[in-house]
Amino acid sequence: MTATGDQDRVKVRVAPVLARLFAEVPAIVELQAATVKDLIDALEHRWPGMRDRICDSRPAIRRHMNVFVGGRRANLTTPLQPGTDVYIITAISGG
Amino acid sequence: MSEKVLTLLGTKKGTFILSSDAARRDWALSGPFCETWPINHVIADPATGTIYAGGGNEWFGPAVWASRDHGATWTHSSKGLSYAEGKEPITAVWSLAAAHGRLYAGVSPAGLFVSEDGGETWTEIEGLQQHPTRSQWSPGGAGLILHSLVPHPTDDKQIWVGISAVGVFHTADGGQTWETRNTGTRCDFLPEDQRYPEFGQCVHCVVMAPGPEGRLYQQNHCGMYRSDDGGRTWQSIEAGLPSSFGFPAAVHPRDPDTLYLVPLNGDTAGRYMPEAQAAAWRTSDGGATWSAKRDGLPQQNAFFNVLRQALAVDALQSAGVYFGTGSGEVYASADEGETWSCIARHLPSISSVETLVVPG
Repeated sequence: MTATGDQDRVKVRVAPVLARLFAEVPAIVELQAATVKDLIDALEHRWPGMRDRICDSRPAIRRHMNVFVGGRRANLTTPLQPGTDVYIITAISGG
Repeated sequence: MSEKVLTLLGTKKGTFILSSDAARRDWALSGPFCETWPINHVIADPATGTIYAGGGNEWFGPAVWASRDHGATWTHSSKGLSYAEGKEPITAVWSLAAAHGRLYAGVSPAGLFVSEDGGETWTEIEGLQQHPTRSQWSPGGAGLILHSLVPHPTDDKQIWVGISAVGVFHTADGGQTWETRNTGTRCDFLPEDQRYPEFGQCVHCVVMAPGPEGRLYQQNHCGMYRSDDGGRTWQSIEAGLPSSFGFPAAVHPRDPDTLYLVPLNGDTAGRYMPEAQAAAWRTSDGGATWSAKRDGLPQQNAFFNVLRQALAVDALQSAGVYFGTGSGEVYASADEGETWSCIARHLPSISSVETLVVPG
């Protein structure tokens, strides 16, 4: 990840229930990434172990996790445009 | 030196810890820990005092949590705790065992992993997946789970594992090769002439007795068994029990002939306490005879179950015995099972009970 202007980065909001598994995850994480996979790699670099919480070994986004890019549900290959809003959130699950 | 007993509970909604002094009359509850993840098994490594909790979350997948301060703070990791790309992903950790400086984890779908660094990183013991029967393993009611993990106490190359609806396996070479160890255990759910196959038995719990003989006990879906030859052959010891069906087993910490069970009324009868009257059953002669221990346990309307890892003993001189129920109560005996009291209630469904004795 290289330092760039804010306009080159995507803004990632990590669900609090995920964020609290790791140290000091801010409300909005700004990253440079070309795809969702790149974004998750960048999160993993910054918070080791976070990839395993979002993705399984198929590899794919976990069944009960959702990554929304620009308001649409994404997969690992979804491209990211600079400035895009990304939400990593938990799906309805459990009992 | 005074001692403190920690009773470690894995539940559907996190890890809880009950603590008491050696009298074991008054207990304090702490938790839930592990961010209320479903936790299938909580153990303590007596060599280090570290508490480990294995489970899996529908959102975040499997992980092993660790606390090196008796529950005050926790970390989690699943680095390496995964199968190769393209295989069915691991959903949860089901069993943990600490031995010989290593930590082992059994997972679902069935597989075995080892950590050499206290649960920070994991490596699969791939030999189990290479067993020639692997393609024929079918899941039981709770899935294809590796729930029983029995490392040999002195030989670090030997491990027994139990996999639901698959059976018992043993390795003598650290996990490179495995043998089935199911001779003598029964499959009541198969046609009469097929009830003793090489594998496919629905093992529920395997435990090893103390002492050099290395005796094994097994609670199976279909009977209770004992093996005096490392699982090569099993003998039924279910005569005298109220049912051939149950989940957990726990051996006395010093007497290999004393074993505790909590039989349920039957696999198709509701799976609760026989006659809805709670009892732990104890043998003091290796399974030749059994007696029900009910003093202090509910004797009416006891429609709860006790799951496969939810019965334990402690290491104190008068051994404590503990079981946790599917309806969230913990019952304890401080006198080897003679009398009981309820030491916690209204908890989430309890999956596992283990103990740790520490300096008080």
